[in-house]
Order: sequence, then C-alpha cells, then structure tokens
Amino acid sequence: MSVIFIILPIALALGAIAVVAFILAVRRGQFDDLDTPPMRIVFDDEAHPRAGGSQRRDRPHEPQGQ
Amino acid sequence: MTTISARIPASLVAAAPCAHCALPVPAGLIEAGAAQQFCCNGCRTAYAVIRSCGLDHFHDLARADPTPRAPARSTGRNYAELDDPAFRDLHIRPLPGGLLSARLTVENIHCAACVWLLERLPAALGGVTEARVDFRRARIELVWDPAAVHLSQIASFIDRLGYPVHPVRERADADHQRRQDRAALVRLGVAAALAMNTMLIAFALYGGALHGMEPRFEALFRVLSALMGVASLAWPGRVFFRSAIASLRVRALHMDVPIALALGVGLGSGLINTIRGTGDVYFETLCTLVFLLLVGRWVQSRQQRRAADAVELLFSITPSAAQRREPGGAVRTVPIEALRVGDIIEVRAGDSVPADARVIEGATQVNNALLTGESRPVNASAGDSICAGSVNLGAPIAAEVLATGEATRAGRLMRLVEESSARRAPIVTSADRLAGRFSAAVLALAAITAALWWSTSPGRAVQLAVALLIVTCPCALGLATPLAIVAAVGRAARHGILIKGGAALEAIARRGTLVLDKTGTLTTGRMTLHDFAGDPSLAPLAAAVEERCVHPVARALAQGLPPSAQAVEVNLVHSLGGGVEATANGRHLLIGSLRFVRERLTDPAEPDWFTRALDEALNAARTPVAIAEDGRLAALATVDDALRDDARASIDALRALGWSIRVLSGDHPEIVRRVAESLGVPDAQQEGGATPERKQEVIEALARSGPVVMVGDGVNDAAALGAATVGVAVHAGAEASLDAADVHLSRPGLAPLVELSRGSTRTLRVIRRNLAVSLGYNAIAVALAMAGLLNPIVAAVIMPISGLTVVLLSCRSRTFGAGPCR
Repeated sequence: MSVIFIILPIALALGAIAVVAFILAVRRGQFDDLDTPPMRIVFDDEAHPRAGGSQRRDRPHEPQGQ
Repeated sequence: MTTISARIPASLVAAAPCAHCALPVPAGLIEAGAAQQFCCNGCRTAYAVIRSCGLDHFHDLARADPTPRAPARSTGRNYAELDDPAFRDLHIRPLPGGLLSARLTVENIHCAACVWLLERLPAALGGVTEARVDFRRARIELVWDPAAVHLSQIASFIDRLGYPVHPVRERADADHQRRQDRAALVRLGVAAALAMNTMLIAFALYGGALHGMEPRFEALFRVLSALMGVASLAWPGRVFFRSAIASLRVRALHMDVPIALALGVGLGSGLINTIRGTGDVYFETLCTLVFLLLVGRWVQSRQQRRAADAVELLFSITPSAAQRREPGGAVRTVPIEALRVGDIIEVRAGDSVPADARVIEGATQVNNALLTGESRPVNASAGDSICAGSVNLGAPIAAEVLATGEATRAGRLMRLVEESSARRAPIVTSADRLAGRFSAAVLALAAITAALWWSTSPGRAVQLAVALLIVTCPCALGLATPLAIVAAVGRAARHGILIKGGAALEAIARRGTLVLDKTGTLTTGRMTLHDFAGDPSLAPLAAAVEERCVHPVARALAQGLPPSAQAVEVNLVHSLGGGVEATANGRHLLIGSLRFVRERLTDPAEPDWFTRALDEALNAARTPVAIAEDGRLAALATVDDALRDDARASIDALRALGWSIRVLSGDHPEIVRRVAESLGVPDAQQEGGATPERKQEVIEALARSGPVVMVGDGVNDAAALGAATVGVAVHAGAEASLDAADVHLSRPGLAPLVELSRGSTRTLRVIRRNLAVSLGYNAIAVALAMAGLLNPIVAAVIMPISGLTVVLLSCRSRTFGAGPCR
C-alpha cells in the first residue's frame, strides 16, 4: 500500500495541470463569451457549407484587454 | 368650429409573412403575384443581398428559431467616419501580415441565424478574412485586408443586411471589469478543484475512521488536505477575509464577517490538529464552503453584468459622428473624438449636436429636453450657444465648436453624476443587517457549548465549539441572498427591467418617496396633437405639408391629423425655424407659430372662435399652431407633450402600494403643475423649472429622511438619479442617465415601474424565506453540536444539503411577471 505515497501526489499533480490549463484559458479570454458558442454549434448542420465555414474552430487571436 | 381628435387608422392587416423577417406584411404593401412579400424596404434589400451572396441558409435557420424577429433596418449610411484617421487611431489594431482588426457594435442581432449570417461575412465580401460575433454584447470582431476592402465598405455591407453598426464605446472601466471577471472565474475554478480533491481525500479519512487505517496513511491524508485547505483559503478564499477586514475597518458588519470568522476558526483549528496529529479536521467542509459561496457570487455578478451590457449597448448606438467643415469647404464625416475647439461643424435637421458650439450660420430651433427637461423647443440663430446632446429641429446650421467631450455642459453634468453617486450611502441589505446579530448569536452559542462540555472534557469542549462555528456560518447568509437576487434579476430582465445592483431591489421593496421626472417619463416626451379647430378640409392638407418637416410640432400634426384619402400635391415655398409656407392642392397655406403666421397675414382680422381656442390653449400651457389660407387665419391646432397612456393607472397603483409620489421637472412650472394635477399629485409635492443641480439638491434633502427612488430619462436627471437611493432610468433615455441609474426600464410606459415595485417586494420575501430555511438548518447544526453529535462527516453532509435547498427555492420562486401582488 506504500504505493499511495507516490500515486496520490501524482494524481494531485495531474489535477494541478488541469487547473493551470483552465487558468490559461480564462486569461486568454476563452470564457469571456459564454452565449455565442452554444448558438454556433447549430451551424454545423449547414446544408451547403461555404468557404470560411469550418476553418475557424479555434481562436486565431485574442481580444483586447490582456 | 369643428374639433377633430384623430389617430392614424390601424390598417395593419396580417395577410402574408415577410420573406425576410416573417412579420406580417401590411395590406398596402402586398404585391399581387409576387413570390415573396416584404414588410419594408429594409427587408427587401437585406433579402436580395443575402440571396445574391448565396447565404440563403439564413432564412432556413431563422425559420427554425422561435426567437421573435425584427424587420431589417438598414440606414443606408456610407460610414465614412470609420475610415477617418481619428477612428483608426482609437479603434483599429494592426495584425501581423498587414491585416487590420476592429470591433463594432451591431444593432438588431436577435437570434442564432443572425450570428450565422454575420459570421459568413468572409464568404460574402472579398477582403474580410474573419468575422466573429459576441451575441450578448452585440459586437462583431472583424479582421480584414486593407488593400482589398475598407472598413466603411464592410460596415455599409453589414448595414444593408439590416444591421446598423456603431463604433464600440466602452465605459472607461471596461478593461478593469474584464480583468476582474476573469480573476473571479479563475478563483471559482481553483476553488472547485480544491474542494473536489479535499472531498476525495476526506472520503478516505471517513473510511479510515470507520474501519481503521494505518497511522502513516492517515497522517499523509491529513497533511495533504491541510495543504489544499490552506491553498483554498489563501487564494480563492482570500476575498472573504479581505472584505471582512474592510467591513470591520468601517465598523459596518456585513455578511463576509461571519463567513471569514468560520473560515478562520476552521483553518486554525484544522492546522493545529494536523500538527498535533489528533482531533477533527474540517478542510473538506471549508473548501466546499468557499466554492459554493464563490458560485453564488459569480452567478450574481454575471447576471448583473448582463444588465450592464444591455445598457452599454444602448450607450454604443447613440450617434458618434459629426459633420466637420474642412478648410477647403468640403464637409467630412468624422468621429466625435476628432473634433477640436474652433472646428466648424454642420448639424443637419434632425441630428443631435455633437459638441457645445456657437451658431455661425442659419437659424433653427433646438430641443434641449435631454439636458434641461424642457419640452418646448428653443430658438437658436447666429451667435447663440447650443449644447452637446440637444437636437436640431428646424433647418441645417453651421456652428463653431466651443467645447468637446468632458468639457461640454453634458460632460460637466456627468461629473456631477459621478460625485453624487460616490457620496451616496450604500444600501444596507437585510443579510448585512442580519450579519451582526448572527455573528453575535453564533459566538454566544459556541461559548455556551464550550461551557456545557468543559466539565466532561476541556478538549472535547473546544472541538465542539469549533465545529459549531464552522458549520453554522455557511450558506445561510452567503448563498441565500445572492441566489434569490440572481433569480429575480434574471426574471426581471425577461420582462424588460434591467437591474444593475441587486441591493436596489431591497431598497425598492422597502418603499418610500418616489420622485418622477415629467418630460419623457410621465409624458411621452414627444409632441402630439391635442385639438384642431377651424376649417376641417384643411386638416389633411396641413398633415401632408407637415409630413415634409422634421420639427416635433410638425410631426405631431402629420401624425395626428387625419390623412387625406387622395394624394396631396405639396409645394414647399419655404420652411423656416418658426413655420412653413406651402401650396397644397393649389391652396396657399401658412402653418407655424403665431408670430410666424401673423407676420405674413394679408388680412390680420382674428375670428372670435380663434381667439377663444387660443386663450384656452395658452391657459392650459399647450403649444398653438396657427394655420392660414390665402393670408387669412383659418384654423388652430394645439399640441402638447401628452401623458403616457398608462401614467394615471400606474401612479394610482404605485400610490396604492404605499409610495409617496412627487413630480420634479426642469420644464415650465405651469406645465408641470398641470401634469401633476391631472395625476392627483398635490401642489406641494411638485416642482417645475428645476435645474439639474436643483434636482440633485431636492433628492439629497429627501434622502436624508428616508429612501428615495428617482425615475427619470435625461442627462438633466442623471445627477438626481445618482443621488437617489435607487435611480431608475426609463425607456429611450439619454446614455448619461442609463449610466447613473441602478435600474433601467427597457419597455416603454410606466407599467414596468409598478411591476418593479411588486417584483422587488416578492424578491424580498424570497430572500427572507431563504434566510429562514438556512437558519433552520443552522439551528439543527447547533443542536447537534451542543449535543456533541457533530463531526466532520455530519458537517460535510449538512452543508451541501442546505445549499441545495436554497438553490431550489430560489429557482422555483416567482418574483417578476407573476401578476398582481397577493
């Protein structure tokens, strides 16, 4: 059972990594707008997608206010 | 003598839906045989543009969306000011690769289909590489290639789709706000992670407590949970300590004090027990507590931010461009920020004046209603000063800029607003008032518990006292109030009442003095026809002539007089500040102020009925409009700023709810007196001719003897709104008043005010119920602690259950939009 001395810190470290990732995401403004993304998913059902429709999955640059 | 009281006949018959916005097309506009019907030209243009770009999918999406839509409303502007260097310096950011980026506020975004359409901009317009919509803030972020397209072209394209755009005008502290929002979210995330991980470890400890555990493992678990507990209180939980210390410093207890007390005691005793290696530790309860309290706070601030954003949007869509005359004589559209003292500006009829200025060419009338509350237009000719924010009603003028931005009269009033808001005492909420008594009671109970158990075992006595302190504080105060307020603010927003500060609800629920502005609040703020005396055959002709003018009195006649059955052929001879000379169907007419018409009469005889009607109008403080045919007086129309339809009923309802009603206005004392009288407000409770400074003074004097709610719309009310316990800005007011007010009614009329009063009473009831429920849980916890039955497991179970109950109760409560108060 002594393995718990190693496993527990590792588990907590993994959790810490997730927290750091969350903090970075918040600081980059990914959570600034929580209302538009739920509307945007509707658009994937588009009948005839056009240029520019699917190439912007991620945020290419940040809004102001860093 | 004939009297006609007429309205436009309601000829809107729903027959076919508009192909663009799906609203019913008015009967007169239906084209027989056409495949698509349109309710207006805006929709027709938008439909054509969307089809030609191959974006037909918009209409499929829009049909599937149940959100009510609005007709496309393009302005047809060219947006030249967006290409001005002054705008570029302020709003456009260069990106690597020679691209430019800017954000614009977009009016009229109402559903997912709008988002879809606007984000397809790169496919529809060459040179645009990216378009991203922020739905809540009604903004679009554009990236474009300046070599291929200008921002003004993009803007007018979006406009043709039916979405007028405006430069983003953020409040000065928007950046700071955004940083705070993000910091709050980070705290929430960290608190959540720590709460879950300590809970995980706590489960192991509970298991160990029941079935036995090797001491070295137990020591490890306790040390790890202590570390996380310290982290949770030192980082996300720090806000409670900081605000508790601030509250102690000003000697005003609020609910963060008992919270900080519980957290502090829990942390201290937990650390001591961890180091000693025996005794209970409550880190999982503390971490969960921090997390739950932060959730309550975050949800509340998010809901209030929504209201603030809606107000900011209104702020953005006020005109922000000026017509500047360049040295060469050409006129250019420039952003307001580019204006300098000494510039020559042109103000077209119907536009608002962008800066304080002195008229140098032309003569006109301006409406100062927003600045002074005066409902009647004021003459302005060469040499006269006009203020930023007033509206040019008559003819185009040229003027020299005297002051811009903060230095204008409107700007100075805004500073007054800030000062009065800063001076006002914060609203003491019921939770805050409870906090003091609650802390005292909890401390006393802890002391009693310790005393009762001291004889049995001093160690056990201290442990139980500590447990009681930890388990009693929590959700009672920290979660119950914010959640009830969030639910109420959310419901209110759906009913057109935007509430910026939750504490305002409690202040309103307590009632007191309600002070109402007149122009724009009790009245519509627009001139409407009251009476028409004289030759009835002139009425439709006068309506047709006045149709061509922008003056509010002219608009009142054009809309109030019965329209002609046949087309009227109108020739304007000339139109000046005071009136208009025209021929209509070959009949020569003079329509305008008494002075204007009298000066041009060929036969100065004044008929008896005319004199009588005129006296009556002047006595009642209405504005007379004389109409002469062939140089002889032929009719008299009177207009006034009519009371809102629901004013009387709403005021009666408010009085029945226990408000003391007062009227305070900057308009002419006689008009104010008459309006107050018609609403049943006694003479002593009304005041006319009040300057913005006077209004602030009156409110401050009233506020000394009890809560005051001020309701107003103009810049002239802003300082008073800021000084009142709660400021309420009504529909379509000036941006300054929106800024100063705690509540904004986005529906026209006074009925929302009644609903606000009833809704806040219900909200207060919900808050009290939540507090009662949480205090009930606390009573159980206290009983358990005093009986010696409280341990970390029981604490960890009681807390989330009490939190959950409060959440459910808040969500189920009907506060706004639930009909009359029981």
